[in-house]
Amino acid sequence: MTATRDDHGRFPFETIIGLEVHVQLKTVSKLFCRCSTKFGAAPNTQICPVCLGLPGALPVINQQAIELSIRAGLALNCRIPEFTKWDRKQYFYPDLPKGYQISQYDLPICAEGYLDLPETDTGEAAKRIGLFRAHLEEDAGKSMHDETGGLTQSRIDLNRCGTPLLEIVTKPDLRSAEEARRFLLELKLLLTHLEISDCEMQEGSLRVDANVNLHISAGNQKVVTPIVEIKNMNSFRAVERAIGFESLRQYDEWEETGATIQTVSKRTFGWNDVREQTFVQREKEESADYRYFPDPDLIPVALPAERVDAIRAALGELPSQTRTRFETQYQLKPYDADVIVNQGPTLVRYFEAVAKVAGDAKRTSAWIQQDVMRTLKEQQCELNDFPIAAPTLGQLLRKVTEGSLDNARARDVFQYLLRHGGTLDEATKALGIEAVDQSELDLLCDRLLAENAKVIDDVRGGKQQALGALIGQAKRINPNVNPGQLRQRLLEKINAV
Amino acid sequence: MTVPLDSAAQLSQLLTSGEATAVEVAQEALRRIEASEPAINAFNHVAGEAVIRQAEELDKRRSAGQPLGRLAGIPVAVKDVLCTTEMPTTCASRMLRDYMSPYDATVIAKLRAADALLIGKTNMDEFAMGASTENSACGPTYNPWDRTRTPGGSSGGAAAAVAACDVPLSLGSDTGGSIRQPAAFCGITGMKPTYGRVSRYGLVAFASSLDQIGPMSWDAADNALLMSVIAGHDPRDSTSLPAAVDDYSLAVAQADVRGMRIGVIRDQLENPGLDDDARQAVQAAIDVFRDAGAELIDVRFQYSRYWVPTYYIIAPCEASSNLSRYDGAHYGFRSLGTREVVQKFGPLMAMYCHSRDDGFGPEVKRRIMLGTYALSEGYAAKYYTKALSVRRLIRQDYDDAFAKVDILLGPVTPTPAFRLGEKMDDPLQMYLCDLFTVGANLAGLPALAVPAGKTADALPVGIQLQAAPLHEPALYRAAGAFQQATEHHTRRPPQ
Repeated sequence: MTATRDDHGRFPFETIIGLEVHVQLKTVSKLFCRCSTKFGAAPNTQICPVCLGLPGALPVINQQAIELSIRAGLALNCRIPEFTKWDRKQYFYPDLPKGYQISQYDLPICAEGYLDLPETDTGEAAKRIGLFRAHLEEDAGKSMHDETGGLTQSRIDLNRCGTPLLEIVTKPDLRSAEEARRFLLELKLLLTHLEISDCEMQEGSLRVDANVNLHISAGNQKVVTPIVEIKNMNSFRAVERAIGFESLRQYDEWEETGATIQTVSKRTFGWNDVREQTFVQREKEESADYRYFPDPDLIPVALPAERVDAIRAALGELPSQTRTRFETQYQLKPYDADVIVNQGPTLVRYFEAVAKVAGDAKRTSAWIQQDVMRTLKEQQCELNDFPIAAPTLGQLLRKVTEGSLDNARARDVFQYLLRHGGTLDEATKALGIEAVDQSELDLLCDRLLAENAKVIDDVRGGKQQALGALIGQAKRINPNVNPGQLRQRLLEKINAV
Repeated sequence: MTVPLDSAAQLSQLLTSGEATAVEVAQEALRRIEASEPAINAFNHVAGEAVIRQAEELDKRRSAGQPLGRLAGIPVAVKDVLCTTEMPTTCASRMLRDYMSPYDATVIAKLRAADALLIGKTNMDEFAMGASTENSACGPTYNPWDRTRTPGGSSGGAAAAVAACDVPLSLGSDTGGSIRQPAAFCGITGMKPTYGRVSRYGLVAFASSLDQIGPMSWDAADNALLMSVIAGHDPRDSTSLPAAVDDYSLAVAQADVRGMRIGVIRDQLENPGLDDDARQAVQAAIDVFRDAGAELIDVRFQYSRYWVPTYYIIAPCEASSNLSRYDGAHYGFRSLGTREVVQKFGPLMAMYCHSRDDGFGPEVKRRIMLGTYALSEGYAAKYYTKALSVRRLIRQDYDDAFAKVDILLGPVTPTPAFRLGEKMDDPLQMYLCDLFTVGANLAGLPALAVPAGKTADALPVGIQLQAAPLHEPALYRAAGAFQQATEHHTRRPPQ
């Protein structure tokens, strides 16, 4: 079939994307020593002879990093080999004090796997993204190296040296910038849910490089553009925009120069977030020879099936499983289940705790999405710092469900609890909310009807909406009156007369 | 009263009985070093006053009746490749000329805990690369038996310090024979323990899969004493073995080889490179062991001709990687390079190149280049990976041998101590010094050099005993028996 140009004058093309994602494991200490991995400490305060690579120092593997990597591997449907080993990747750089990075070359801790992307509310179908591997390695330090200013300008912070990273390499299965973003969101959800990583791009605990090229159907020939690796993207949004920009740039480049994968070798581009452009960093990918060889200071790590099975058993429910359960157990719509689950395990736990007390999952879902999540967003706070405990919100919603509190009043209570905290009783007391009993309600109805004879006529004449005015008056007299109950009682009385 | 600086056992006795004080021992050792150093140059650093302070402290503790360590008051010299606080750790390299380690090697911590007097750091071939201690930024060490000759290497200073009777005990490191060869050249006893028996933490790495720290002394009893202090599992060294430590001193005292099957490595004795004196020493040892009740069995290695080639692939490969850290960026020697180089390659590359070019000596650079080449893309499979396969075969050779015998007997070195400068222009000749020693490193098993004879020039000659991994007690038992029956270990160089 011959492909023709579209309205923009472009031939149809497909964007081929593979991602390399580095996630920093949430270990207490570094990969090969006991230094802290805490972010944001003063430069060069979290260092020791081992992570500095001082003469004579030796690495010792952090078992927690092995544990978290296996957990990630299992969640990513990877095969966990019987043993894994360490290799040295050798290159000179001032932020790499040993002159080599301890990494994994041919026996990564996680072999081939995949991650399933759920279908989206915008109609994108579910999709499986293949993974080549995930391997463990130590991070390098940070250098602010100004070669033009002379060596006196160099500053190196080695705090990050030796921090454990899991490098997850996808197959080139992603087909759009949006899909890449979906993949990253789902990956982050999974890894944060399992407490494997914080996945904060801003803090560098998640870093993404994207390999991008195009398959263009130009007339009756298929053209493959040169591969570009994009670096320096500091948010998921940036990843999406960089890939989007890059795919069009590659198309235009092909139109202008005819460059294909056969004529131009792989290049490295950076992403300029301000100008929203990719730009050339390295024109030609030099075929670096890292001289990998097994690190003789470390022994291979055996990963017996019992250990892997124990980690598998302790994985618990994964986000994709939670979504399905929410749909069946709580009858939530896929969209609602998705919204809640995508917020992460803390909100999932909060939702379930509230729903249990409230006895109404749909109402809980609505309140959490509308009131709780909006508040969190507005106040830019974390759920952990949210002033309304799950049981309190649950009790509040239970009252709404039971009819003893209307939505408007419940929102007053919600606002009060937000500002002052405390228990539901304290809040209702402070707001003067009391249950209105039957005799009180009768008295109120009698008074209203006595003072508004015209309303009685109107209602009898078929204008039920005339009751609205009475309900308004009633609320002013006693804000605790439940409008529904009041309406009911008023009608009974009018009809009885 | 004379202080017997050639025997830790005797010193210990005198100290325990109160016939000598630690201060007297320390002073005597320092005097002795001062006297011998100009001619021997065994030390890169002598601790001096700090040792006297430590000795005073020990004497106080002793008179207060406090418990003291097993090496209390015994002067010990350590090879300058072991990290020490309070003393520089130079590896005899310009690269680390003024380097002060912020931590002690595990063996140093163990020596301190045993109350040893850390008397100084001994000379060596730069980064332990060499067989003559001539590749030293601190100048060569001279053999106390004949000052025109080398003490061997790379632990030449550690061997010479014992041979010169400066100290009764020293620690060396052995990657391809660097304890045993100088021990043989200096007429002393030197142990290369099983790989993983002694922690490498704080041993500046040359070739990590081959390096081991070991004790050097006049006789097996002193050797076992120091060995028992340094051996043991260390959680800071992943390659350290968790097995319990044997009683090495007991093994020496047993001195019993009755019924022991001793394999004589025939192919080594038939090697045309083997000097007559060395061959005769082994022959004589065969008789000694037979008379002591051992069963002597001939053994042949299938792959011994691949030992040296295999070693000279694996060791430089690991070295090229281990020595990458000396780049002028973080510590040690730094040279910023000439303006031309800076302009051409940028300041960073200029710093790397010049720091490494000016900071390392020629032998170190040769091995870095060899290793870099052998690990490079397209060559790694031909050299490094193949060497690893051969290494497994070499180990298999040993396994086969130890299925038949308890220990192996053979020469340590092809020749006795050679003259200074003799092999400096011929690296291959220098590498052949390791002909009989690298096997134990490649196979990771213990090997002991024991004084066993002398040449017509009265130069010492040694024999080598090897055993299966963790069978150090068998070596000490055999050495104990040998030294009961012979007096080679009691011979001292002329003053």
